[in-house]
Amino acid sequence: MIGAEFVALSLPPLLIGTFAAIACALPGNFLVLRRQALIGDAISHVVLPGIVVAFLVTGRIGTWPMMLGAAGAALIAVGLIELIRRLGRVDAGAAMGVTFTAMFAGGVLLLEQSDTSSVHLDVQHALYGNLESLIWLEAAGWESLLDPVALASLPPELTRITVTLVAVVAFIRLLWRPLKISTFDEGFARAQGVPATILGLALVVTAASAAVAAFDAVGSIIVIAMFICPPAAARLMTERLETQIWWSVAFACLSAVLGYVLAGYGPLWLGGQNSVSAAGMIATVSGMILAATALFAPHRKAS
Amino acid sequence: MKDAMPQLATDEGRPVADTLAQSPLAIRGMTVSYGEEPAIFSIDLTAEPGAMTAIIGPNGAGKSTLLKAALGIVRPLSGSATVFGKPLAKQRARIAYVPQRASVDWDFPTTVMDVALMGLSRELGLLRPVRARHVAHALACLDRVGMADFADRQIGQLSGGQQQRVFLARALAQDAELYLLDEPFAGVDAATERAIIVVLKELRAEGRTVVAVHHDLSTVAQYFDNVFLINRRKIAEGSVETAFTAANLQEAYGGRLATGQIDQLVLGMV
Amino acid sequence: MLRDALLLQMGYNATLVALGAASLGVAAGATGTFLFLRKRSLVSDAISHATLPGIGLAFLVMVALGGDGRWLPGLLAGSALSALAGLLCVTWLTRHTRLAEDAAIGAVLSVFFGAGIVILTVIQTLSSGRQAGLETFLLGSTAGMLFSDALTLAIGGALVLALALLLRRPMIQVAFDPGYAETAGTSVSRTDFLTMALVMAITVVGLKIVGLIMIVALLIIPAVTARFWTNRAEYVVALAGLFGGLAGYVGAAISATAPALPTGPIIVLIGFALFVVSLLVAPGRGVLAAGLRYRRFQRRVHLRQGLISLAQGQPVYERMTRRLLLREGFLRADNVITEEGRARAAKVLRDETRWQEVRRSDSLAPLAMQDNGMTDIASVLTADQLAEIDRRIGGPKRVTA
Repeated sequence: MIGAEFVALSLPPLLIGTFAAIACALPGNFLVLRRQALIGDAISHVVLPGIVVAFLVTGRIGTWPMMLGAAGAALIAVGLIELIRRLGRVDAGAAMGVTFTAMFAGGVLLLEQSDTSSVHLDVQHALYGNLESLIWLEAAGWESLLDPVALASLPPELTRITVTLVAVVAFIRLLWRPLKISTFDEGFARAQGVPATILGLALVVTAASAAVAAFDAVGSIIVIAMFICPPAAARLMTERLETQIWWSVAFACLSAVLGYVLAGYGPLWLGGQNSVSAAGMIATVSGMILAATALFAPHRKAS
Repeated sequence: MKDAMPQLATDEGRPVADTLAQSPLAIRGMTVSYGEEPAIFSIDLTAEPGAMTAIIGPNGAGKSTLLKAALGIVRPLSGSATVFGKPLAKQRARIAYVPQRASVDWDFPTTVMDVALMGLSRELGLLRPVRARHVAHALACLDRVGMADFADRQIGQLSGGQQQRVFLARALAQDAELYLLDEPFAGVDAATERAIIVVLKELRAEGRTVVAVHHDLSTVAQYFDNVFLINRRKIAEGSVETAFTAANLQEAYGGRLATGQIDQLVLGMV
Repeated sequence: MLRDALLLQMGYNATLVALGAASLGVAAGATGTFLFLRKRSLVSDAISHATLPGIGLAFLVMVALGGDGRWLPGLLAGSALSALAGLLCVTWLTRHTRLAEDAAIGAVLSVFFGAGIVILTVIQTLSSGRQAGLETFLLGSTAGMLFSDALTLAIGGALVLALALLLRRPMIQVAFDPGYAETAGTSVSRTDFLTMALVMAITVVGLKIVGLIMIVALLIIPAVTARFWTNRAEYVVALAGLFGGLAGYVGAAISATAPALPTGPIIVLIGFALFVVSLLVAPGRGVLAAGLRYRRFQRRVHLRQGLISLAQGQPVYERMTRRLLLREGFLRADNVITEEGRARAAKVLRDETRWQEVRRSDSLAPLAMQDNGMTDIASVLTADQLAEIDRRIGGPKRVTA
């Protein structure tokens, strides 16, 4: 399996899945600590209407319109949630519930209304992506990794998620201190002059960007799972935020790789003939990891 | 007083511009409202440099709100605050704030040393590495509050008093000129209370200004130089001798304190 | 055409769907209110997503037993069991680990849903000839709804509604003050579990028609909408039922008028439209009313503070205060107080002095605790008390500044 076939068929989806998982897990650490874990849930539901609107406006399925549409929808959702929460004096959970279900319904309705049969755009795809189809046709083996011609035909999703991952890492690294301080003690951070509101918004935008980039390749289920499960499991492993981040990255990688392998080969080992959904399997594995840490991790209970 | 023009507690007589320029913290006409219910109304406060001032008043009087508004943590409906005569935004480095202990999640995955180092965050900026001298400084501040031995402890494992000391150490690390503390003695053990007051008095000896929200009337005279009595409105402001009087306490607490209690407090002071 | 639909003149099937959706809406709206009042709305999101693996497993089991995998009661039983498992996972994670409920909800909903997708892909490959069509549970479908389906909705909805109404007292009590409820002999954990059981029942009943993603909307949106109109918990429940039923009925009717109008999304969007209208125009809590009130309040505060400053001969620092004083004609552009301003300032100052006197009086001091700076003294003191205070402070004084 470690030959030309692997490089062409498995390497790109493995990398895409892993990068997507890490890009979501990183901001997820802060979302979980800030009791905003479900922002990830809300964002991933509103990506669908964003993409549909972008398609209706531009008339095609392009990378940029899609990314912009989804990011715009995420921003609108976050703004709406804040607005409903503040103006309507409604708790955050209910405000999220109102916003994302309504926007999701709008997306489904638009999708049904418009003629999208010619393009690859449907609800199933939005929910669980199609990781398995992201193959690298030109690859002839490991040496293709050094061949510019072959590299040019890498799935565009890989480039996209790589760039996003780099941006997410840069964001977290650059704003590490203010993020940490304002997550722990918002009042102190504000007194120090940290623009806590803007920082919180920037975190959500970063999470949304990760969600949007990951979404196209792997669907929204992985996105929610990766926002929450690796960071939550990591929290139970350690009492230090720095260590928690590394654990979350490790768990994200493990979920992506193990999930992909189990989805592709698991059924064969069990005597089946077809693979199962890789996205679903990755989410399932992340849940297994969380279950294991919840049962056995050293710091599973509050001290 | 009754025969003259109706007078209210004002700082009349003091040259306003002068006190504003000198005072470490000057609040003018500050009103903060949650919904349509003012938490504090038209508050004027002028902190005396190099002195310790207690903000006292009954529960729900707006003591914490006043501090938060002064720091720009909550947005006032009207009014403004200056720090050493200038708007707050340019003076952040000169202020240290110790929030209420209960306002943060102590289950946060971090250590005592990390919290103390947060006091250096303005100096460290976004990316400057933490050097040995930073750690030494943070450790020295922890030592001042008797927490140096706990530097590597997870903050969730600390007792309430220890948590409060760590908060104070973080503020000490900031090396500020004005210290604003929100209920530093709430729910702490006697040893911690003593340790904190020793440090605060050291700060005063170094010429720094301390303003603390305080709830224990019995220790006001012992700990503080000045008091600021508040019950949504300003009731009185001045030295302990002149402002911490039975009449003012009665006015601030509206009969919630028994007269005997007040006498005891004020007499105990003399 | 819409009129026909609303009047149930669109034929047998459309009528069935409209009545079924309305009954589902009423039950979901009323039940969801208890979750909302308990500030746990999004638990319903975990419950609904957690139904998916159960649907798939039930299908597999029924096929393995040689039956038709699509038998609805079997699928619904499976979905209920796996929703229960999901709910237990959320509860266990929050109780036995340090994780907060939001993280537990998110973890459970994504993992169960992911596992459900895995099982669905297994089913797709198992028997290509027998397309299970289980995907309709994601987004719901009313196409080919049978009389028995409508009956299930109506009976199921009515049962849940009846139970919810029966249990409304303990559920409201727990939502309002769990600590008190516990001491008053209402078990919080048992009541919470009953609430969740009702939500689960609604989810299972509604799965077929609006799908597992949008059933959450029917549980949350009507409750939030109703909250804008009333402060009494019982009325919120009733109104939420009304809004939910309305959304279900009108949504289903609209969707019957054209083929490309899927029922689930339309119902949700009608519910959302009701929400937006309520958010904007509800008296009291609505944004417009509250915004206008707040702006008026802000002006009153500034004006009052400005008048106090004028009365005390202090400069007016705030730009907004000055502008208001100018506009009211209390101050001239050259910063000289007008005659009218003098009179008003004297009145404000007198009220301030009155409050001070009240605070200093032994007998009236407790009343002064109601003063927040903007409180009208005549609303707190009786006329006699006010007269007594005025006697003590003397008549109004002219502001001389």
